Amino acid sequence: MHLAYPAVLAVLLFSVGVYGVLARRNVILVLMSVELMLNAVNLNLVAFDVWLRDTLHAGQALTLFTITVAAAEIGLGLAIVLLVYRTRRTAAVDRVTALGDRHEADDPADAAEEKEQAAA
Amino acid sequence: MNLALPILVPVLPALGAAAGLATGRRYPALARPLAVLPVAVSAVLALVTALQLGTGTTLDAATRLAPTGGPEISLALHLDGFTSLISVLVGLVATCVQIYSTAYLKDDPRYPSYAALVSLFTAAMFLVVYSGDLIVLLVGWEVMGICSYFLIGHHWETADARAASLKAFLVTKLGDVPFLFGLFLLGADAGTFRIGEVLRVAAAGDLHHPTLIALLLLAGVAGKSAQFPLHTWLPDAMAGPTPVSALIHAATMVAAGIYLVARLLPVFLQSSAALVVLAVMAAVTMIGSALCALAQDDLKRVLAYSTVGQLGYMAGALAAGDRQAAVFHLVSHGAFKALLFLGAGVVIHAAHTNSISAMARMDGLRHRIPDAWWTMTIGLLALAGVFPFSGFFSKESVLGAAEHAAHGEALTGALGPASAVPQAVGWTVLVAGLLTALLTAAYAARLWLSVFYGRSRNGEDLAPQPGAPYSPELDEADPAHAEPAAMRLILWVLAVPALAFGVAGLRTDWLPALLDGESLRVSVATGVIGTGVAVAGLLIGYAAWRTVNARAAAGRPAADPARLLLGPLYRPAQHGFGVDRLYSTLFVRPTEAAAGLVRFLDRAVVETYVRGAGAAPGWLGRAVRFAQTGNAQGYLNALLAGAVLLVVLVAVGS
Amino acid sequence: MSTLLAAAGSLEPAARSYLSPTGQEIVFLLVGVLVLGAAVVSVTTRQLVHAALWLVVALGGLAVEFLLLTAEFVAWVQVLVYLGSVVVLVLFGLMLTRAPIGRSPDADSGNRPAALAVGAASAATLVTLVVDAFRSSWIDLSGPAGTTRLTGEFLFSHWVLPFEALSVLLLAALVGAIVLSRAKGDGTKPRPGNLRTVLTKTKER
Repeated sequence: MHLAYPAVLAVLLFSVGVYGVLARRNVILVLMSVELMLNAVNLNLVAFDVWLRDTLHAGQALTLFTITVAAAEIGLGLAIVLLVYRTRRTAAVDRVTALGDRHEADDPADAAEEKEQAAA
Repeated sequence: MNLALPILVPVLPALGAAAGLATGRRYPALARPLAVLPVAVSAVLALVTALQLGTGTTLDAATRLAPTGGPEISLALHLDGFTSLISVLVGLVATCVQIYSTAYLKDDPRYPSYAALVSLFTAAMFLVVYSGDLIVLLVGWEVMGICSYFLIGHHWETADARAASLKAFLVTKLGDVPFLFGLFLLGADAGTFRIGEVLRVAAAGDLHHPTLIALLLLAGVAGKSAQFPLHTWLPDAMAGPTPVSALIHAATMVAAGIYLVARLLPVFLQSSAALVVLAVMAAVTMIGSALCALAQDDLKRVLAYSTVGQLGYMAGALAAGDRQAAVFHLVSHGAFKALLFLGAGVVIHAAHTNSISAMARMDGLRHRIPDAWWTMTIGLLALAGVFPFSGFFSKESVLGAAEHAAHGEALTGALGPASAVPQAVGWTVLVAGLLTALLTAAYAARLWLSVFYGRSRNGEDLAPQPGAPYSPELDEADPAHAEPAAMRLILWVLAVPALAFGVAGLRTDWLPALLDGESLRVSVATGVIGTGVAVAGLLIGYAAWRTVNARAAAGRPAADPARLLLGPLYRPAQHGFGVDRLYSTLFVRPTEAAAGLVRFLDRAVVETYVRGAGAAPGWLGRAVRFAQTGNAQGYLNALLAGAVLLVVLVAVGS
Repeated sequence: MSTLLAAAGSLEPAARSYLSPTGQEIVFLLVGVLVLGAAVVSVTTRQLVHAALWLVVALGGLAVEFLLLTAEFVAWVQVLVYLGSVVVLVLFGLMLTRAPIGRSPDADSGNRPAALAVGAASAATLVTLVVDAFRSSWIDLSGPAGTTRLTGEFLFSHWVLPFEALSVLLLAALVGAIVLSRAKGDGTKPRPGNLRTVLTKTKER
């Protein structure tokens, strides 16, 4: 099999993942796009491992590790997302801007809170 | 003899000044002893030094400071009869002023700094007197300039004092710049800055540019000694406290210029042009200032203009080539002018006004302050040059020197040939001196009669008239109380030399032995003429005063005797013949206009760049702030776009 | 790289044309197109749950690709872990954050054009690079490369230490996820607002 096929497929999958990470508003969808990118890398690893006939099978071992780490990552990521959702009532990635410049941040919830505190 | 004594003389007051400035704020009780004691000890040391040195000997000592590669600059000391005489005078007057000030500025919150500055001033004058090196002399010269600035501006709360101190500083600096170049040129020509060497070179006639050097030096002398056309700062300097006026006028600042010319007279004798300039300067100064003094209403300004005139006498004597007479007059004038100023301080303290016309309406000032009356009478008679007061002898010696010069036999002593002094110089000084003697006597009489023989008319009270010139002394005691003893007794101390110092010139082995050894005895002809002129002046003043009083008694408004005497000249004379206005038009306004232009350029052009330099990063920061949205997706987007861009760039570049 | 390629020994001259593909290649391409299409739909659809389900298709397709590349064990792990747990986790997450069922108009953020540009640019760059580099490389698929037995052998003979370290990492992630997602003991009702306010209010109480 030509090496170019899995390689190009991995590249395209990775780019689709990049698009998803950058374009999606919901944090969970962003996490899903990250999974896509990780899988693209996995595909690369397996393909090159087979191509190189590596005696240590580093590619496949690393793929397994990556899958494990990805599972851990999505678990932790979802926990964080739930925490954010519980405190801010939103899972939109562009609404969680508390670390931004206050004057430019158009967070109506923050503004309302500030007014409330000023009044109190 | 022990070198430590003369070295200590300038060092002690300087140390006292430093100590006073350091401790003045925390230990105000120390201010008075720290002010009086170092100066008094210096005065005693100066006297001891003078006695040890004796007559006819000189002492030179020098230590080289650092190799300069050019003319050597050394920390040099030069002592001779002149330095002895003047240092004793400086010590005496400075001590008197310090003691007087303890009473006069008793309640002044800035007394410690004031006293320290007076001490520093004194130290600087001692340095000028004792210095054997032109550069060291220049140090003292400039320290005096800055001290005068601070002291004249002592009452800096008032706009007058601020303006006067600035004016004094700028006008003297105007002279000091050419003076500096003159010193450099002199040092370059003579190959050394040691005064002794310079004089030797000058006497041998080896100076290349004697006229240029002498004229440049004269500019500095005119500034420091308040000679026309740089005299305008001195009358305004009356905004300072009265003891400062006494110090500046009698012994220190103005004497420095005359002393310098006396020391460097051989240089000046090399150039008859410089002598002519000096003589014309002296003559114009003498007559103009005497007319101005006659028209002034402010007691201290009368004395200030009289100082300018008496300095003109000294400059005239120097122009006539006789430095003995100049220094003789310098010392006697220092004594009686210090007396007059300190006495004027007492009078102003008692009358609570500076205005002579206001004093003329007060009853019996002479009964309230008999000490001031007696001593000021002595001082004014000395000023007018009446026999046998000190002013008579010194002034006659000046006139005698001018007479000799007019006959072509100038009393240059061993310094140079008599022919070095043009006869025209002698005539100029002689005529101007006689005319000034007449005017001096007249204004002395006007001052004395108006101040001490005033009578209140129509129940006018003691309150100063509105609009009368009155410089406030912030520290003034209640005028109802008698003046403190420290102020009154000092007058008597100074009255002694004012009365009797003239006798010292009678015999060749008294004062002249200390100086150049020539006779200072008054010739009969000039003596008779001088006395006659002085008496005539006194009588004219008295007659004018009588006439004015008679008119006032007849119900017509009282006028100033000076208005009667001067006629149409009165108003210009009162304003110093418009010299100030002329300078204002010629120099001050163009300078201010240039300053305005510079300010405009600074504000509108330079500051625009500065603001732009500040605003551009601000705008940049505001622009960058837009990127800080807090949206992590945006950040990541930028990061990845940058990474792709880098890869593309590397790929394209390779 | 050149030494590595030489060592592989599989760098035969590019005699094999792209115009005459083998059967494996045809299957790989078809599945690849399916994977890519599912991925594209997954990142563009406006229905959030559908996105998760399309992700299942994409990941499952990838498992088939792994099988085609003779990595059997990895393929089954992919099916187990991704399809079995990750996607389920994602679906739970969508449910817990009350993701709307049906088309949601704001599924994409305002960053979409920029994202499209960056994605396209990276795809173009990387495809150019990869095609340029591996145009003539051939994978020899003969012989077992990733059977379960083989995988177990290399994993437990060469990779034991990373394996154990990874298990510790998993434990840590597990504990962290539990700590993060555990509700506060006092039973405060969540309310809109920023974290700071909630914390201060809690402190006041």
